[in-house]
Amino acid sequence: MKKKKKEPMQYLLIGTGTAFFLIMLVFPLAEVIFRSLKDGLQVYSSAIIAENTLSALKVTLIATVFAVLVNTFFGLCSAWLLTRFEFRGRQALSALIDIPFSVSPVIAGLAYIMTFGRMGWAAPFIRWLNDLLGTDIALVFSVPGVVLATIFVTFPFVSRELIPVLQTHGTAEEEAAVMFGAKGGYIFRKVTLPHIKWALLYGIILCAARAFGEFGAVYAVSRARGKTFTLPLEIDALYMAGSAESITQAFAVSSLLVLLSVIMLIIKQVVETVSRNRLKVQAQQKEDKPCM
Amino acid sequence: MKKNLLKKAVLVGLTALLLAGSLAGCKSSQDNADSDTVTLTNVSYDPTREFYEAYNQKFAGYYQEKTGKTIEITQSHGGSGSQARSVIEGNDADVVTLALAHDITLIEEAGLIEPGWLEEFESSSAPYTSTIVFLVRAGNEKGISDWDDLTEDHVEVITPDPKSSGGACWNFLAAWQYAKQTFNGDETAMKEFVSKLYHNVLVMDSGARGATTTFVENGQGDVLIAWENEALLALKEYPDEFELVTPSISILAEPSVAIVDENAEKDGTQEAAKEYLSWLYSDEAQRLAGEYFYRPSDNTILQEFSDVFDLNVELCTIDDFGGWDQAYADFFSDDTIFDEIYSQ
Amino acid sequence: MNKNKTYGKRILPGFGLTMGITVAMLSLLILIPLSSILLYSFHMSAKEFLALILRPNVRQAFLTSASCALIAAVINCIFGLNLAWILVRYDFPGKRLMDAMIELPFALPTSVAGITLTKMYSDQGVLGKLLLKAGIEVSYTKTGIVIAMVFIGIPFVVRALQPVLEKLPKSLEEAGEMSGAGRGYIFRRIILPELMPSLLTGFGLALARGIGEYGSVIYISGNSEKQGTQVVSYIIMQKLNSGNVDYEGAAAIALVLLFISFLLLFFVGIMQAAAGRRTIQ
Repeated sequence: MKKKKKEPMQYLLIGTGTAFFLIMLVFPLAEVIFRSLKDGLQVYSSAIIAENTLSALKVTLIATVFAVLVNTFFGLCSAWLLTRFEFRGRQALSALIDIPFSVSPVIAGLAYIMTFGRMGWAAPFIRWLNDLLGTDIALVFSVPGVVLATIFVTFPFVSRELIPVLQTHGTAEEEAAVMFGAKGGYIFRKVTLPHIKWALLYGIILCAARAFGEFGAVYAVSRARGKTFTLPLEIDALYMAGSAESITQAFAVSSLLVLLSVIMLIIKQVVETVSRNRLKVQAQQKEDKPCM
Repeated sequence: MKKNLLKKAVLVGLTALLLAGSLAGCKSSQDNADSDTVTLTNVSYDPTREFYEAYNQKFAGYYQEKTGKTIEITQSHGGSGSQARSVIEGNDADVVTLALAHDITLIEEAGLIEPGWLEEFESSSAPYTSTIVFLVRAGNEKGISDWDDLTEDHVEVITPDPKSSGGACWNFLAAWQYAKQTFNGDETAMKEFVSKLYHNVLVMDSGARGATTTFVENGQGDVLIAWENEALLALKEYPDEFELVTPSISILAEPSVAIVDENAEKDGTQEAAKEYLSWLYSDEAQRLAGEYFYRPSDNTILQEFSDVFDLNVELCTIDDFGGWDQAYADFFSDDTIFDEIYSQ
Repeated sequence: MNKNKTYGKRILPGFGLTMGITVAMLSLLILIPLSSILLYSFHMSAKEFLALILRPNVRQAFLTSASCALIAAVINCIFGLNLAWILVRYDFPGKRLMDAMIELPFALPTSVAGITLTKMYSDQGVLGKLLLKAGIEVSYTKTGIVIAMVFIGIPFVVRALQPVLEKLPKSLEEAGEMSGAGRGYIFRRIILPELMPSLLTGFGLALARGIGEYGSVIYISGNSEKQGTQVVSYIIMQKLNSGNVDYEGAAAIALVLLFISFLLLFFVGIMQAAAGRRTIQ
């Protein structure tokens, strides 16, 4: 960035941007924290360590971990496919992957219910599978259901971060490695992964942050408080309990979630800064010794 | 090498699924009547949260004493209609305690509850009742005393959407009953009356709890048409901010309870479920209901609470409207009376 | 970069494998569940379907959702560009923090956002009181819906613009400045065209998100049919939660909403392809 002396235009833009940022993002956040502390730290901490809150925290973390694992695996595969090969329907496939971005969470929940719920057309199949395996796994109104719904809403996050990086990076190095007889896994680990690891991490963090906060889709498939509730559902339940005390508790649990998110976002920011610096160093190294 | 990595990834995926499965498995393996712990799921509606929290504790003590078994009760709350739907869709409820018989009928129609549930427990399977009243702000500046005051200009009413909340249907029907008596069954005048009333509605929330929050917490509107138990609870929470007004005519709201036979049989909880719902009629539980502002179905215990409830209000019942199926067909289905008066 | 690849001949390994995994997971987790909605709405005849979609309250809801989401997306484009610009181009205290918090709306549960915004903007709330003095009511009006949608949509626009702005060579502007062009002219003629595809991508994503939004909107909207503050998602839930559970009706409306999402995604796809081409040039 070139240092110039600040001009009126610059002040104006920073002013309007900051004002918007304060009103739209910081104020709601401040409101949450202010209300959570209204009745003092005692109420706050008792809300945080309540049994239901801890159970919700556990379910939230389970759902987040699974969503991250599944979506990372999917993200790597799909990004490799979409950037390394040309095939008919590539554009369409890429658009399909983005669907969860634009689908209303209400519809996502409805879709799972209509498929795997008791009335859903896949229900007999699941029953058959359970009989076969001697298990009793439910895909809705259960922790697996929460996991599935969370996977749905965070599905494209990792692949979306990887695709542009892989695209700009090109395939020359990987192709060269193939010429030298390297195997796929080796190429991926030694050639591709170093380039995308920051983007991957960034995608994972975004995915996790979004997974924490999902409400609509999870609400459709989770109804048992203290068992399958996630933090957002617990907050809703506390708020809907209606008494002044429980509303304060709702905001206290919200502040916990906000804290989690802000930590995630700060980690993300650090990752981003580090990766940017790395890239700069790499670019310099490349200039120093022209390779290949 | 690449295959190795993929194998690993597939393994991770499989372990993930297995883990998720075992989590679900754990839960269901506990649902066993033979072990020392019985797990029961009670799917209820929004305003019963506090009552069942207290009831579950008392019942667990009673059950332990009687059978020597520990009972764990999972509660589920939400709008009555959406709760009923969740049971139909696979929410593993052993008992349902919903806002209106109609919602339980929906579950019966889905084949989960055996017909005849309405007679399974006393008082048409309604262990406690309530009615519809008004909650106004302290001082009652707009001078609201009965239904006709709600149709005055500049009165802002808060009531939930009957098309999305079963509980809200009680509110509409109570108003309709008032109009029926006032206008001697003149349907045009009755429609005009409720139309005026619903045009005064400032915020139409999707459920009863949302409406209470809008009125109490967010300070919207002059009057909330509410369940009596909700209104009394708000009075207790905020002693000096609100007043309760009982209209001359209201409706007897009968929240119903039933065992979800299919699930209870699968989980082996029939016996516990029956005990759970029967005990709602015990003197202790009836008094507890009264303390949480539900009208006990036991008349002697109801009289003990005569200083809490206005027992002189004239109450009609859902039978005056030909039962719920008829009421839905007449009032709340698409293009029937509610749509007509609301779009006027 | 795709130029040096040839059709039909694939040098790199893993095409079949990644294709298999991608398509299988996509189908299993996303497409098959979504197709159930299609399946359910087939329970209706075409005539019933049309009659339902054309009902005044359904039409009104689509109109409300679409118009509010459109206004919100436009607002987001203006302030998103503003924010992205200052985050990339300028240094100021708190910049890092600001950058980190742009995604907050992704992370905050929509219900919390909805409840908090309703409280803040109701006539008892901090901002609501101030705005009421200026004669603006926010909570329980369409303005409220727009505000909720602005809140949830802002990260889409900022994040779409940031990478492009970073790559945009300063020399372009400097060249413009040197040739004596006015700042407005440079922005309109040089910078904006470069940013357009990304701006439209962000616009499309924010719009799509807004049209389907539920959690953050229902508390602030008041859901009044008369005042036209019911959104499409509310109508879907209304169909599901009413006494006569109407799965077909809900599925039918959801299908139309899905169709709109697809159209928007298609549009975004085209924009992204355009953006890709631009950076390659």
